[in-house]
Amino acid sequence: MTKIKTTYNRRSFLKVSAAAGGGLVLGFGLLNSCDPAKTTAIDYPLELPKNWFNLSGFIKIGENGVVTIMSPNPEIGQNVKTAMPMIVAEELDVNWKKVVVEQAGLDTNTFTRQVAGGSQSIRKSWKGLRIAGATVRNMLMQAAALKWGVPLEEVSTLSGTIHHKASNRSLGFGEVASEAATLKVPEEVTLKDIKDFSIIGNPTKNVDGKGIVTGKPLFGMDYEEEGMLYATVIHPPQFGSGIDSFNQDEVSKLLGITSVFKLEIDYSSAPKWQQKAFAKNNMIVVVGNSTWEVFKAARQLKVQWKIPSKIENTTNDKERLTALLEDKNIKPVRKDGDVEKAFQKSTKIIESTYSAPFLPHNPMAPMNFFADVTADKARFVGPIQTPEVALGMLTDILKLPKEKIEIQLTRIGGGFGRRLYGNFVVEAGLISQKIGKPIKLIYSREEDMSYGPFRPTYKIFYKAALSKANELTAFKVKGAGSQGSPVWPDRFPAGTVDNFLAEHRKMPSTIATGAWRAPKSNFTAGVEQAFLDEVAEAADKDPIDFRIELFKKAETNPVGDKNDYDPKRYRGVLELIREKSNWDRKQKGLFRGVAAYFCHNSYVAQVVDIKMVNDTPKVVKVWNAVDCGVVVNPEGAKNQIEGGVIDGLGTAMFGEVTFNNGYISKRNFDDYKLIRQKDAPLEIETFFVENNIDPTGLGEPSLPPVIGALANALYQATGKRYYNQPFNFTKNSFF
Amino acid sequence: MGQFTLNINGTTKQVKVENDTPLLWVLRDHLKLKGTKFGCGIAECGACTVHVDGKAERSCSIPVSQLHGKAITTIEGLSEDGTHPVQKAWLQHDVAQCGYCQAGQIMSASALLAKNPKPNDEEITEAMNGNICRCGTYVRIKKAIKTATNL
Repeated sequence: MTKIKTTYNRRSFLKVSAAAGGGLVLGFGLLNSCDPAKTTAIDYPLELPKNWFNLSGFIKIGENGVVTIMSPNPEIGQNVKTAMPMIVAEELDVNWKKVVVEQAGLDTNTFTRQVAGGSQSIRKSWKGLRIAGATVRNMLMQAAALKWGVPLEEVSTLSGTIHHKASNRSLGFGEVASEAATLKVPEEVTLKDIKDFSIIGNPTKNVDGKGIVTGKPLFGMDYEEEGMLYATVIHPPQFGSGIDSFNQDEVSKLLGITSVFKLEIDYSSAPKWQQKAFAKNNMIVVVGNSTWEVFKAARQLKVQWKIPSKIENTTNDKERLTALLEDKNIKPVRKDGDVEKAFQKSTKIIESTYSAPFLPHNPMAPMNFFADVTADKARFVGPIQTPEVALGMLTDILKLPKEKIEIQLTRIGGGFGRRLYGNFVVEAGLISQKIGKPIKLIYSREEDMSYGPFRPTYKIFYKAALSKANELTAFKVKGAGSQGSPVWPDRFPAGTVDNFLAEHRKMPSTIATGAWRAPKSNFTAGVEQAFLDEVAEAADKDPIDFRIELFKKAETNPVGDKNDYDPKRYRGVLELIREKSNWDRKQKGLFRGVAAYFCHNSYVAQVVDIKMVNDTPKVVKVWNAVDCGVVVNPEGAKNQIEGGVIDGLGTAMFGEVTFNNGYISKRNFDDYKLIRQKDAPLEIETFFVENNIDPTGLGEPSLPPVIGALANALYQATGKRYYNQPFNFTKNSFF
Repeated sequence: MGQFTLNINGTTKQVKVENDTPLLWVLRDHLKLKGTKFGCGIAECGACTVHVDGKAERSCSIPVSQLHGKAITTIEGLSEDGTHPVQKAWLQHDVAQCGYCQAGQIMSASALLAKNPKPNDEEITEAMNGNICRCGTYVRIKKAIKTATNL
């Protein structure tokens, strides 16, 4: 058991105290706080209580012992709406079958970091969620102890019930909830021992599962209100363009259309990292009575677009990036020893160059948001990964005080980074403000795919040296990318080789770029792991042995002190994958590639198995070994790993957009190929390293390395190295 | 603008919309059946899949005027309480991630099983290839369909 100060998480309680005044904690929503429309029914009948007692911003307990746990972070398919309440429920010590999960709206007074991004929800909330549960458990125990007139130390809990062993008495949580709500928040609480966990570590089904399979309106796209109008927007097709003129009158008169107008947004007050994504800040808005009518009218728009001052052609990006890599002014970002000297003294030199194109995010639900902006307040409902950032922008742009803007969160129909950038929230707000009515903004797929921001296009050059004894003596990486570098200077193999040099450059580009699932790593991991496969082959070593040797060196004698990974955990996942995948047992007709990577604080090693089917490589199985510390929900965790694997494979096989004269090459799924059932692996198996390390995220870490494992397996199957993404191998491109 | 009588989930519905309005938008905006999803608008992603006379069809690309006398089933009408074998299997395998495409996946899977109660791997792949899942739940989808054949 760990004693822990509650200060970390006190504000979720203090707000409740403040609402009641004088430190006396009464649930502010007492008797009427239950809003059944907001609660999530889990897949079994659960009788809801008549009264809810608010014990904190996280927890409401009904008189019948049913508990509502708020899920603070946006749910984008990473399954935090199940996993985060599981952590609270564990420390509260309640029966999971008596839990109702409710999605919290943006509430900066109660919650911290309401963000879906960087695979950080679980890692950053782990402690806070545990304290939230343990604190309420303590208050319930205190209330029972007071009622019984016994010392708190003699009171214990078990799955929603409080016990006093000596007198053989017990009370349900619901029976003391009203008294507990009046108690002072304890200064210190006791957390469970990990070995006593009964909810965490238990494979648990998605709390929205039933709603999803029965078609309940869970998504922003499904939200509507009486009197609401529908809106869509058309942005300039080229970055840097604007609107000269358009047939406003003609389109305004179309059936079902209520208004058509130009909208220009000043994002200058937005955070810089957001502004970078909002290169298209002017648009034509079409508002009307139904989605179909506004979509149809938008197609009737005839627009004279302004010619941009810079027009980009990405067909020559590879050359532009190569020129940057060869530029004398390339910047070193890490230097250990002297690579050039080591290259001169080496026996073998291996060098390769890799590239990848721009990528759109393509979440299944196109951008959408509901907005109802009036003169003195605004209400928003929809899917956004960064509601607090959106609130900041709305405050500045709508010119309304923060406390007058409410943002409710819905389930998010995919994001992959796209919904970190809430331009569509701002657009919805301005449209509603302008027409003075509630609206739901919906993008067409074509607008969704072409707006951006895009995963940058990248190029990396690697050079490695081997000694006579086939030891890695020098490693050089130089990378360049549009508007940013793909190089992680302090990641593996930095720290494992005496002579190391990392250099990078940024390519100016008009194409808006932003975070795309596992930023930078989504390129760097795959190509680094493919290159190491070449180096291991040159060294005549098994690729797992080769990597393990390096990690052992970093464990005992690391080079530099800024290495951002733990070599022992890295080695751990490689050893686990070797064992579980039977790596050392060669099978005829089975072509295998391995990769391992660390990102978003988690470690993943993978083996991709390929068989040749009708002379075409088919990924039959992907094996995963994962170290993410404590696994909160093994069911959801495996699903995340599987999703990242399939996304990575699909991206490597098919993902690409280019810009020709500034126009995007693909705008819908007839042109843009996403991975489908036919190209998906037949099987994916995942193994977790068992340890008691605080948990880290899983939304991203399985995507980056699988691209390398695929390239390495393809090499075994075809004898060809894959240097440029997408590989397009299913088109028999190598025959 | 025309008046259309539609048979949806066993009940008769009247809507007054333009003739070319796709079934998808009639369902979502006019009949408030939000389970059928918009993904691409060009019958490429499968998110809008419904049954028309028992066959899986992309509702984004069927104009309302072509549906006279046809029986339409949406995810809301697949079963009364989520107990269709495909829905049960989906829950058993905890298939969904974001969940947005899953109604379409389930409608494609249930149409397949209605016609072919014991499909083999190739038949499942063929029937499901038109439904994109951007989260990558394909392996679970396949497993769930196999489970559903035994429920």
